[in-house]
Amino acid sequence: MEKKNWPLWEVFVRSKNGLEHRHFGSLHAADATMALENARDVYTRRNEGVSIWVVESKHITASNPENHGELFEPAQDKVYRHPTFYKLPDEVKHM
Amino acid sequence: MAMEKQSLYAYMLTLGDNALILGQRLGELCGHGPSLETDIALTNIALDLLGQTRSCFQYAAAQLEGKSEDDVAFSRKENQYTNVLLVEQPNTDFAYVITRQYFFDVYHLMLMEWLAVNSADETIKAIASKAVKEARYHRRFSSDWMLRLGDGTSESHQRVVQAVEDLWPYTQEFFVPSEAETLAAQAGIGPELSSFKEHYYNDVVSLLQKATIAVPENPYFQKGGKQGVHTEHMGYLLADLQYMQRTYPNMTW
Repeated sequence: MEKKNWPLWEVFVRSKNGLEHRHFGSLHAADATMALENARDVYTRRNEGVSIWVVESKHITASNPENHGELFEPAQDKVYRHPTFYKLPDEVKHM
Repeated sequence: MAMEKQSLYAYMLTLGDNALILGQRLGELCGHGPSLETDIALTNIALDLLGQTRSCFQYAAAQLEGKSEDDVAFSRKENQYTNVLLVEQPNTDFAYVITRQYFFDVYHLMLMEWLAVNSADETIKAIASKAVKEARYHRRFSSDWMLRLGDGTSESHQRVVQAVEDLWPYTQEFFVPSEAETLAAQAGIGPELSSFKEHYYNDVVSLLQKATIAVPENPYFQKGGKQGVHTEHMGYLLADLQYMQRTYPNMTW
């Protein structure tokens, strides 16, 4: 019998209410329901989360590492895009 | 009406032994599950069950002078374990593992839900309240897999039908009370097990039908586990389970 692999899923977990979902890892599952159950067992058994999203990996479009130069390097020398040239009043904290 | 210490001890064994032996069986799969994800899921369930076992055996040990939970778990002879025969059945294949789990989970959840609300014993009530959430997840996991196997490929269908056929005769033992369970029911500490039966089979039959698995017609049921009369698989399981305590008595980690 041919051994077929289940498709790959990406798992996003929200660790606390109010925080965003973060990418935790990936796993194999036959469908979305199973992916959620598996994610619960694989990624939240040490009390890591309050909510889980799963998405099949093939639905994610990723940037190509080969295009790193043209995509990301032009931003490296544009310090003026960071709002670091403003004087903040002392009353404003945590900026 | 309270139970005598000896009877309460015996009742805690019936609760703890099912969880202990099934937990041990599932633990055997650690590193051997059919996929990484199901491996982790099954060993998670094993750990839940071992946690429940500890609570039960701590309370059991407290009923007797000078006993510890380890004595209760590891130092009995085969005929002193009172688990039902179903939970000691081997991990023949994944379909058996899931079917055994499902048959147990339906009963286990009903029992824990009853105890968490109705038990006259506060400690048992507290143990059950914690176990209910775990049992609910176990049942969800095993029911999902029953549906997937039954309604999956022809290979999975044929295997789960075989497992259901073979394990079906062990399901009725749940509802035949042992002496300890009868005393517990009289004291309002445990349920009248016979009252669960109809509900149990309604649930199981409707799931089997949904999973396109034929409901077995075998009217012959096996029992004896609650009286310590076990199947031939039990001795091997206990040899594994008890090895460390038998070899190094009173050892700790």
